[in-house]
Amino acid sequence: MKKLVVVVCALIAMAASPVKEGLEVGDTAIDFKLKNVDGKTVSLADYKDAKGYIVIFDCNTCPYSKAYNQRIMDLNAKYAAKGIPVVAINANDPAASSGDSFEEMVRIAKQKKYMFPYLVDETQEIAKAYGATNTPHVFVLSKNLKVTYIGAIDDNSRKADAVTKRYVEDAADALLEGKAAPTPKTKAIGCGIKWKSA
Amino acid sequence: MNKSTRFILFLVLLSTAVQAQTISQIKLKELQKVLTTKTDRIQVINFWATWCAPCVKEIPLFEKLKQDNGGVDITLVSMDFDLDPDPAKVERFVTRKNLKNKVVILAETDPNSWIDKIDKNWSGALPATLIINTQTGKRKLVQKELHEGDLEKLIAEVNN
Repeated sequence: MKKLVVVVCALIAMAASPVKEGLEVGDTAIDFKLKNVDGKTVSLADYKDAKGYIVIFDCNTCPYSKAYNQRIMDLNAKYAAKGIPVVAINANDPAASSGDSFEEMVRIAKQKKYMFPYLVDETQEIAKAYGATNTPHVFVLSKNLKVTYIGAIDDNSRKADAVTKRYVEDAADALLEGKAAPTPKTKAIGCGIKWKSA
Repeated sequence: MNKSTRFILFLVLLSTAVQAQTISQIKLKELQKVLTTKTDRIQVINFWATWCAPCVKEIPLFEKLKQDNGGVDITLVSMDFDLDPDPAKVERFVTRKNLKNKVVILAETDPNSWIDKIDKNWSGALPATLIINTQTGKRKLVQKELHEGDLEKLIAEVNN
């Protein structure tokens, strides 16, 4: 309960101050309850045996999301079995980006055969609380929702076979070994999340 | 001059008339020069890409600013290189939109190594716009689509 109060206070503080928003490595992330493409709601707490999470803010339309689509599926294939599942969230406002409607999310998840949830953050509150700005934007969390990595999937958006640094894989491997991510924070060029107009 | 020579000449003239603005590919160092070289002209730097819908939507605001305000330098920095190093798409875009502003392509790989060097508050998301008063060091970074009047307001803010 105390924790919840702290989290709620933190959220209120974040909402009130425009200066500092979102998570930093070492912070504790909030859990969420968001609608999945299958109509059910998903929370991180649903994963009873998880050793961590790869939370990815993604979307249907961004060319970077498309470039990383297979790599995101591969991440889940590799790490879900090890206890670190991918949870994808689309926060784009469909009014600003019509290709990001829930119906399109359902279609893409089916077509690509996503083996991980693809959730809609309709109010954009989770994207704001996490401080997500780009798509795809990754947050690697420990079992206790401590943030161990924020940033890009790897260092080459254009060519998966030319990647030299696999930031998320390195962070997930480190998490499994109980170590800190070797590179805890990265930046990448990407599509800005399409925020609702104020 | 026979008929066919005249026709060829006509074609050559036509092609020069619609020829694309040659767009230079620059390195980070050259971009940093624009951000820091002291001048009394306000520097307006927009980071965009041909694939970025909100970027394309706001580009007319920069074209209008060029007409309205002769006291600022505008540079439209294409970030297309990261996904597609072929400049043809950018050149076609600039020609089709008949852009008058200076357009450059930032030809650098591994954005994680340089995004902070452009602005440490920048996430790397597009569009992004930097307004800099190089004399005072005052700068404004906007990481979302701009609307009518925003640029004028930002320029006034760094001028204070």
